[in-house]
Amino acid sequence: MLTDITLGQFFPGESLIHKLDARIKILLTFVYMLITFICSNYFSLTITLCSVLFVIFLSKIPIKMYLKSMKMILFIILFTAIINFFSGNGEPIFQWGIFKITVDGINNSIFVSLRLTIIVLTSSILTFVTSPTDMADAIEHLMKPLSAFKINVHDIAMMMTIALRFVPTLLEEADKTMSAQKARGSDLESKNITKKAKALIPIFVPLFVSAFRRAYDLATAMECRCYKGGEGRTRMKILKIVPLDVFAVLFTLAIGIMVIISNTFYWRW
Amino acid sequence: MPILEVKNLSFIYGVGTTFQKTAVDNINLSFEKGEFIGIIGHTGSGKSTFIKQLNGLLRPSSGEVLLNGENIWRNSKKIRDVRFKVGMVFQYPEYQLFADTVYKDIAFGPENMGLNSEEINKKVLAAVDFVGLSHEILEKSPFEISGGEKRRTAIAGVIAMDPEVLILDEPTAGLDPRGRELLLSQIKTYHSKRKNTVILVSHNMEDIAKTADKVVVLANGKAEMFDITREVFKNSESLERVGLKVPQITEIMEKLKNKGYDINPGILTVTEAENEILRILGEWGKC
Repeated sequence: MLTDITLGQFFPGESLIHKLDARIKILLTFVYMLITFICSNYFSLTITLCSVLFVIFLSKIPIKMYLKSMKMILFIILFTAIINFFSGNGEPIFQWGIFKITVDGINNSIFVSLRLTIIVLTSSILTFVTSPTDMADAIEHLMKPLSAFKINVHDIAMMMTIALRFVPTLLEEADKTMSAQKARGSDLESKNITKKAKALIPIFVPLFVSAFRRAYDLATAMECRCYKGGEGRTRMKILKIVPLDVFAVLFTLAIGIMVIISNTFYWRW
Repeated sequence: MPILEVKNLSFIYGVGTTFQKTAVDNINLSFEKGEFIGIIGHTGSGKSTFIKQLNGLLRPSSGEVLLNGENIWRNSKKIRDVRFKVGMVFQYPEYQLFADTVYKDIAFGPENMGLNSEEINKKVLAAVDFVGLSHEILEKSPFEISGGEKRRTAIAGVIAMDPEVLILDEPTAGLDPRGRELLLSQIKTYHSKRKNTVILVSHNMEDIAKTADKVVVLANGKAEMFDITREVFKNSESLERVGLKVPQITEIMEKLKNKGYDINPGILTVTEAENEILRILGEWGKC
């Protein structure tokens, strides 16, 4: 079912990770990805992986959910791993036609898949523990410098908030429409590709009609409440950096430093 | 043999997540051919989840749904045939209209059944007559007709499949009193003419009291009661406990009874109430 999509889903909670400032969470996610790319040996990669697992543990979200989001890009990970597996340099251990397997290739493919895994996990943590509105708020803050270039940061953030807000609504609507058309015998489970494409028309037409209707209603509702852009608008929730956030930054920096140190001392596999 | 039967039916949403919730909890019911069943329950009582399992839109977490004595999931490739036999009209069905003419929209179901154009035409016209749409409307776009007509079009789209069981989820929601009255009487007519099983889900106790032979009361995913309508509405206290009420007229008559008037319990409609009051007044006249 459509509601089974976990990538980009938010799980409300009260854990330490949930309580972090959304801006810090976004920045630290980027830092983590950077750290993952700096890692040049198994030792530093293990440090990063362990710290990510530690954060997952702190987030108090069942590990099953993380595995589910991994499942969606399992194909990409496998694909890159296989490409790397056969394209290593050096002495082949085994050769069959153009396919040769080298120690280098094996190392590379393990390394790349671990890296991708860590990246998916970190971004899953971010979306699992940050509500869409907090996320949009934080992005608005982080993009503030762009307003120097006459970019209307508030409008972009508002559009993002609305878009995010309507993802579940539209998914639910799509689900309803699909149920209704399936109840009339629409052949969505068909293996035949043309039949399947044809079966999509009865779903997309009502979906588009209702999306426009909703957009129109929302615009009216916003105008009724005197919305006229970001100027002079105050906030209900003001983002504030607290000691917990400082601690999270220090933790990440510590991991980063450990990775750099282990990179320099174990500079080869 | 009952036409539709559910045995130990349970449905659990989001198994293994923080959102895990038992929406339908071990329900056992059986519906006979030709019965008019009402399903009542407050919001979140599992009504929608329950009816979605009756036509195989949802697969039960445990238990089974038997249509004419056969488990509908025995051959999951044949599940489409089940959906033709158990027609389902969803809440606000007008939002699922998509075709360029009303006729084509109503014909969508019969077309999917693989009928020839002559049969389709016959079924579409019969369905249109049941819901009381004028034939001029058939060539119009479903997006330019009125809200009430859209609702009727959508209902006709399901009736046109000529299902053995027709399930309607809140078909009168959002209609004005006259439209509501009319639609209910059309559903009644459909039921008495086709002699098919009709299952009506509603929040509106008056609607149920007027139409249903038997009523299922759902609360917290369980079937609290299943009995003939009059018996169910005699239990105003247990209904209130699960967040429901008896029809207004039933409540008034009950209050009169509590004041000491000799009124039969389980009055369901205004006409019944009228007769009852006249009877009592007549008895008074005698003495």
